Amino acid sequence: MTAAAPSASALYDIPGPKARSRHRLYGVLALLAIAGLLAWIGYELVSTGQFSYAKWNPFQYVGIQELLWHGLLNTLKAFGLTVLFALPFGALFAAGRLSEHRVVRWLSTLVVEFFRAMPLLVMIFFIFVAMKVQPLWALVAGLTLYNGSVLAEVFRAGVRAVPRGQQEAAFALGMRKTQVMASVLVPQANRAMLPSIISQLVVALKDTSLGFLITYEEFLHAGKLIATNLDYDLPFIPVVMVIAPVYIGMCLLLSWLAHWVERRGRRSPRVRGGAPMATAGPGMGLPPEVRGQD
Amino acid sequence: MHVLTANWHTYWEGFVGTIELTAVSSALALLLGVLIAGFRVSPVPGLRAFGTVWVTLLRNTPLTLLFFIVVLGLPRFGISLPFFTFAVLALSCYTSAFICEALRSGINTVPLGQGEAARSLGMTFGQTLSLVVLPQAARSVIGPIGSLLIALAKNSAIAGSFSVTELLGSYRTINELGYSIIWTFVWIAVGYLVITLAISAVFNLLERRLAVAR
Repeated sequence: MTAAAPSASALYDIPGPKARSRHRLYGVLALLAIAGLLAWIGYELVSTGQFSYAKWNPFQYVGIQELLWHGLLNTLKAFGLTVLFALPFGALFAAGRLSEHRVVRWLSTLVVEFFRAMPLLVMIFFIFVAMKVQPLWALVAGLTLYNGSVLAEVFRAGVRAVPRGQQEAAFALGMRKTQVMASVLVPQANRAMLPSIISQLVVALKDTSLGFLITYEEFLHAGKLIATNLDYDLPFIPVVMVIAPVYIGMCLLLSWLAHWVERRGRRSPRVRGGAPMATAGPGMGLPPEVRGQD
Repeated sequence: MHVLTANWHTYWEGFVGTIELTAVSSALALLLGVLIAGFRVSPVPGLRAFGTVWVTLLRNTPLTLLFFIVVLGLPRFGISLPFFTFAVLALSCYTSAFICEALRSGINTVPLGQGEAARSLGMTFGQTLSLVVLPQAARSVIGPIGSLLIALAKNSAIAGSFSVTELLGSYRTINELGYSIIWTFVWIAVGYLVITLAISAVFNLLERRLAVAR
């Protein structure tokens, strides 16, 4: 975010009085366009009666509130289980890919590359439909395989980003390879990769909403149930107004945590001379080499 | 093999549907991404703020929720378009936020002197960006943009659950006919691999052809 400042200002001169008034004009025009769009949305909302009593009243019912709350808890449950399984999965296969034994390395590479290449939804549907697994476990299994594989790449990139001297010094002290890995490389890699790891968890949190498509009773599913209820006058827009801020808020919070860890890490003297801090930012399943490049 | 040949028509329809969805959404996402990236580096604060809000919101919205809003929400405003168009809208808006950020990190790799030289020739912001900086920036992020479009192709599977003909959705038809469900999915997976590998090959070629030595 902050790195953009110098190059962005290289794109234009410091505006003089004329340019400033022109920019102000553009700014006003842009604001007018955005305000117009918002006004249109507002007009449509009011004119289609989205703020009517009938549509909003259901949210006062205890049953509806419990339904939403239950859905939110189910979403968080799927997310929690995914984190619980995906981190060890990632660690295991990262270790596999860094192994000295060729067979282990090949096998791990095959697994990681395969699950990263498959569309997540295809895996979830396969587990759900073909293997007849319950929705929750189908979702968690799919998310674990995919995010675990991406995390394996993140961990591996982290270990490889630790300067060679660290490993050589550790071996020179007579440590064994497991000791070198566990007490020298992994702690430094984790510290450097924490922003990327949290960013990947944001992706996992976002993807728990795929459970909606396999009828897992999560947050979006609860919303759909309320939105399609004729008794409440199909309160679709009100449901979106309730659900979207919660989802986006949760993801923003986690993204913000990743950025905070990154900023803190960059300042920390412990990282100096070690692996460079990874950048935070919700990815789209990109390999970390790509994301951490700049 | 037997599952594939017996249901060739269904698979082919889904395969073409996924390709169409991916191609149209990619084009729109690239267009929007460039536009928003332009906003984010522009000298006009209002546009910069708009770009930031766009990127922050869309990058933190689950794609399923976005589909939910676009496919089921827009018709409430009296906007009724084909499901395909809705799916394209959702996919391209979502991906445009990521493309914008990729381009912006590309802009950061363009040496300062380039922008300064353009300005000293008297070029305006629009000229500097479109003639000098963006062409170089785009070349340096061809790899990441390729990965984003691969992710888009994979994400297009969600559209199948919102009444769009695409590859993953074809499992329903074939499943109802009683074919082996495992093989059904194997061929779907192969279809997606063909598409993603093709995108990856095209972008590898582009990267080799267009990369700037720096």
